[in-house]
Amino acid sequence: MLSITITHAFPGLSLKAQFDAPNGVTALFGRSGSGKTTLVNAVAGLLRPDHARITLDGDVLVDTAANIFVPPHRRRIGYVFQEARLFPHLTVQQNLRYGRFFAPRGNRADFDQIVDLLGLAPLLARRPIGLSGGEKQRVALGRAILSQPRLLLLDEPLAALDEPRKAEILPYLERLRDDLRLPMLYVSHSAAEVARLATTLVLIDAGRVTAAGPAADLLSDPNIAPEFGVREAGAILTAKVIAHEADGLTRLDCAAGPLWLPRVDLPPGARLRLRILAQDVMLALHRPDAISALNILPATVKDLRLGDGAGAMVQLDAGGDLVLARVTRRSVENLRLAPGVAVHLVLKAVSVAPQSIGGENQP
Amino acid sequence: MTAWLTPDQWQAVALSLRVSLWAVAVSLPLGVLVAHALARWQFPGRQLLNGLVHLPLILPPVVTGYLLLLTFGRKGAIGQYLDMIGVVFAFRWTGAALAAGVMAFPLMVRAIRLASEAVDPKLEQAASTLGASKPWVFLTVTLPLILPGIVVGAILAFAKAMGEFGATITFVSNIPGQTQTLPSAIYATLQVPDGDAQALRLVMVSFTIAMVALVLCEWLGRVVARRIGGRA
Repeated sequence: MLSITITHAFPGLSLKAQFDAPNGVTALFGRSGSGKTTLVNAVAGLLRPDHARITLDGDVLVDTAANIFVPPHRRRIGYVFQEARLFPHLTVQQNLRYGRFFAPRGNRADFDQIVDLLGLAPLLARRPIGLSGGEKQRVALGRAILSQPRLLLLDEPLAALDEPRKAEILPYLERLRDDLRLPMLYVSHSAAEVARLATTLVLIDAGRVTAAGPAADLLSDPNIAPEFGVREAGAILTAKVIAHEADGLTRLDCAAGPLWLPRVDLPPGARLRLRILAQDVMLALHRPDAISALNILPATVKDLRLGDGAGAMVQLDAGGDLVLARVTRRSVENLRLAPGVAVHLVLKAVSVAPQSIGGENQP
Repeated sequence: MTAWLTPDQWQAVALSLRVSLWAVAVSLPLGVLVAHALARWQFPGRQLLNGLVHLPLILPPVVTGYLLLLTFGRKGAIGQYLDMIGVVFAFRWTGAALAAGVMAFPLMVRAIRLASEAVDPKLEQAASTLGASKPWVFLTVTLPLILPGIVVGAILAFAKAMGEFGATITFVSNIPGQTQTLPSAIYATLQVPDGDAQALRLVMVSFTIAMVALVLCEWLGRVVARRIGGRA
């Protein structure tokens, strides 16, 4: 576990934060300039904070009170930067081996396994200058992992990529989370990425931590969700692939019942993580029939928050999973929605975008 | 009819090559260090060091030669102690190499410094997060990336050393076979009546070496830049 207490002032912003990042993927979410990169640089040792105490699995990395500052090369913390920062004078293979060269001997990561995991085999002989942005970022990931880090820092690794490239990298990050069980601190200002990857979420605004906790809880909290932007707010639902049906739909099971989505490219039995956008969820008091939407699940209103404008966020308990729905205040009144009210949530099968569906290999 | 060049003159060409190669070889590591320090480190006395390095470029060469004599002559500030351990510069070819090295140093440092300033410190940061200590970062990232600048700096310095005259003749005089370099030989030849033809031949030799160095510089610079996958 990573524990951070930090105060650092620089022109335009004062950072004062304290939080813990348990194993798994901890996402630091906040606007540009909110201090996320400064935090990550302090963890990496690239920045000397004014006052801080940072420990990783009990080892002190920085303790300004005790005058301890472990230099970056002794921290064994991998860092994937927004720009890949590959060494231009080395081939892809040499770049990958660079990280491995300094890794502690004995339990070195298996080179071939990582090359396989990230699909790097066709790139090995090439030089960074000829690679696409997505390829560069995959090499940077591989290089960082091969240095056998205890923790991997990722500073908006997808921000410089276009949508297709992002979609190409995200599954690899999921594999690092689930297959290698590599603890990660992931900086992002994209709610979509956070929903796909994070197990823990830390929200940062103007240098202060505004909320921290399990990602599933925060993403479905109607009081916090608007932080992501009302159109981006959405809870995560875990489900299991049951069968691919003849008409192109895939049947999934989640805690509250069956779900049908357009073909999901995962084998039956695979677990996945769905991001259900609040604005895609419709609420009905009685189970609607003769309706085109395929997915209707029983749920109970758990919490709700009326917005300043016409909207309202409703948190629902669907068989133990928390789902958010964004409706109007008028509907809240008309349906007399309040905590404890039983409803049905309606979700169009086609409203769940492919990039909102991620693999999840965790038990 | 005499030979194309006299043995003394051939000796001057050979001596010039030897003096210049030694001057560059010995000053190069120091040049890299100083250039890197000026480009990347903040330390007290940085401006002073910068000025000192550039002094030979702006002082009259005769003055530099005289200062060398004062410092490294057998009775000089440093020279007298070097003399005790048997190291003598004055009126030896080693002195010519020292003079050439000092005169070429600013050019070398400027070329390497430019390359050093162009290295992205972010790459060095990335190397340190991968476990490389500072010396390792320098050896495996910085040095390969500034290699084109080092090559250019070394060849420029070599060409400058080949042409060094004023400081050399002041510091080590013009002794055929000992300290008479190619430029001093050209000068000496011009002092002899009817020496023009001989001088012209030496000038041709000098011209050829300079041109080869320049072409080599361009070509090597491009090859190295391509090898490290940077620009060009």
